[in-house]
Amino acid sequence: MKLTRVSSWLLVKRVAIAGILVVVLLVPQLFSTFFASSIGVQSLVLGIAAASIIFLNAVVGMVSLAQTALYGVAAYTTAKLAVDLGVDPWLAALVAVGVTVVVALLFGAVASRSEGIYFLMITLASAVITYYFFSQVTAFGSHEGINGVTPPALLGKPFVDPTGMYYGALISSVLIYLLVRYLRRTPFGYALQGVRDESIRMRALGFNVPLLRTAAFAVGAFIAAIGGVLLVWYNSSISPGTIDLTRTIDLLTIAVIGGLGRLEGAWLGALLFTVIQTYSPRYTDRFETLIGLVFLAVVLTSPGGIAGIAGSLDRWVQRRLAGRTA
Amino acid sequence: MIPRRIRAELAHRFAGGLALLVLVVAVAWVLARAFGVVGGTANVPLFIVVTLNGLTLAALYFIVASGFTLIFGLMRVVNMAHGSLYLLGGYIGLRLVEHRVNYWLALVLAALAIGVVGLVMQQVFLRWNQGQDLRQALITIAISVVLADQMIPTFGAAAVAIKAPDGLNSAVRFGLYDIRYPTFRLVVLGLAVLIGVSLWYGIQHTRFGMIIRAGVDDRAMTSALGVNVQAVLAVTFFVGALLAGLGGVLGGTMIALAPGQDASFLLSSLVVVIVGGMGSLAGALFGALALGLVAQLSGVYLPAGYTNFSILLTFALLVFVLAVRPIGLFGRR
Repeated sequence: MKLTRVSSWLLVKRVAIAGILVVVLLVPQLFSTFFASSIGVQSLVLGIAAASIIFLNAVVGMVSLAQTALYGVAAYTTAKLAVDLGVDPWLAALVAVGVTVVVALLFGAVASRSEGIYFLMITLASAVITYYFFSQVTAFGSHEGINGVTPPALLGKPFVDPTGMYYGALISSVLIYLLVRYLRRTPFGYALQGVRDESIRMRALGFNVPLLRTAAFAVGAFIAAIGGVLLVWYNSSISPGTIDLTRTIDLLTIAVIGGLGRLEGAWLGALLFTVIQTYSPRYTDRFETLIGLVFLAVVLTSPGGIAGIAGSLDRWVQRRLAGRTA
Repeated sequence: MIPRRIRAELAHRFAGGLALLVLVVAVAWVLARAFGVVGGTANVPLFIVVTLNGLTLAALYFIVASGFTLIFGLMRVVNMAHGSLYLLGGYIGLRLVEHRVNYWLALVLAALAIGVVGLVMQQVFLRWNQGQDLRQALITIAISVVLADQMIPTFGAAAVAIKAPDGLNSAVRFGLYDIRYPTFRLVVLGLAVLIGVSLWYGIQHTRFGMIIRAGVDDRAMTSALGVNVQAVLAVTFFVGALLAGLGGVLGGTMIALAPGQDASFLLSSLVVVIVGGMGSLAGALFGALALGLVAQLSGVYLPAGYTNFSILLTFALLVFVLAVRPIGLFGRR
């Protein structure tokens, strides 16, 4: 009897997750254009960017504030190549991802000898400096930014029909999720987790810890860059306001609300953030205050975020079901 | 094949040498431009004014960053709301001066008010999370988001400046090259020196300072010796926040107050203490001087067309220091 109760709960859970996935898969068919675009596409794109923060924290134990700046680098490169030089969007995207990874290798090399709170501060400094760079250099449109970016024909026009863009972002999200899952089980992934748990012991074992950290940072930048490319295609423009400190902290908020320990938290946090962002103006002018208070509440009460709450709820139900018959 | 250990040492030496070389070249370049050896005519008055701008900006950075580094040094708390406290202090000072409160009284009141805000923040949110430095940083980030967003409707989004006290709102004349320089900026420089000396004396030569230093080195032992460490932590946070508020009023008078300055002063505090070394007063002084002078001089003396890249030099400064000494120039392990 005991086994059936627990396993029937597991079945219910599986069915529920499958149901949610089906809804996610059919968003453009089930919901309005506005919802599919403003909530659907936006939370997938922000989720990808937040996933790069969570990947770095969950696997290597580094909380980076540079991810917004890095997706900004990708977005700016895509926009610059496509608008000013007339490069094909796919090629522009490819180059942008490459450029972002190179920039990340530089930032990572600077920050990789530090850990914990020092790493956070150095990446924050990198992020703010990137913001000032783009807001001052006229080749990137300084305060205006770059407008008129068109996504590839395959993805369609995001505001007229978001279907193409939505599936583009969904496929990217799934691939990134699978990539991180795969990466965790490679020797590289295990080395990174070793750095997370015992960096001194790893060094004593002969691993080059700063190099591993830098490499992980580059992987994180790769993820963020995909988010950046999708972002600039979705918004059709990029300006310094998209990568300023407020946005940097918004992205951190998404990762923290979703849960810094589990990758799927990125998209949960992004969904909650986007819903609050889209619907709160009906009730209040002060969206940032609202999101700041949600952030504060999550940090104070549940460091695991939504994903953490869901996880402990699941364990609690399983314990209760197992305990009642025992 | 050279062993890895020696290779790392060589790379380290090379980075140090390169940093020194860049420094020498940069100083030589600025002096050559200023005295007309390259790039056309000499302009010594401009050089003096720009250097003074750099020094007075460094003074402001030092006042703000010394509070940041004090809190970090003792409590390992990275106060991400430090920039918000700076801006809030400035706005409180502005309101007081607008209501015809004497400038210096307003300065003191605003600084005390921010000290209290900081103290409340520490007691309510941070005290029970001691040792969880990442969580504390996240908490202060959340507080800074709320503060920044609440300041816009309360104090407006336009840039405003605090009126300098009578007698100090004009320019002084040097006997040199007929230069006129804003008096208030020199006052800020003087105040920074005063604050620096008092902090140094307070930390090195008073009983309270001794307790702070002991707490930095070994908090558990200090507590075991009968010191009320919680009270020391509270006072430190109060003083650190107070310095941010003080800087806010002075900066609001010297430059201006606007949304976004919380971010820029948080950044400057970060760069100052990363370059100088976390928790070190001498490091904060050195970092502030480096940042202030690089920011001002590069804006003028970079080759024409590249002056808007000056922000990248700040990053270069950070990179060089971290390459040579990852713990900052005056940092201790």
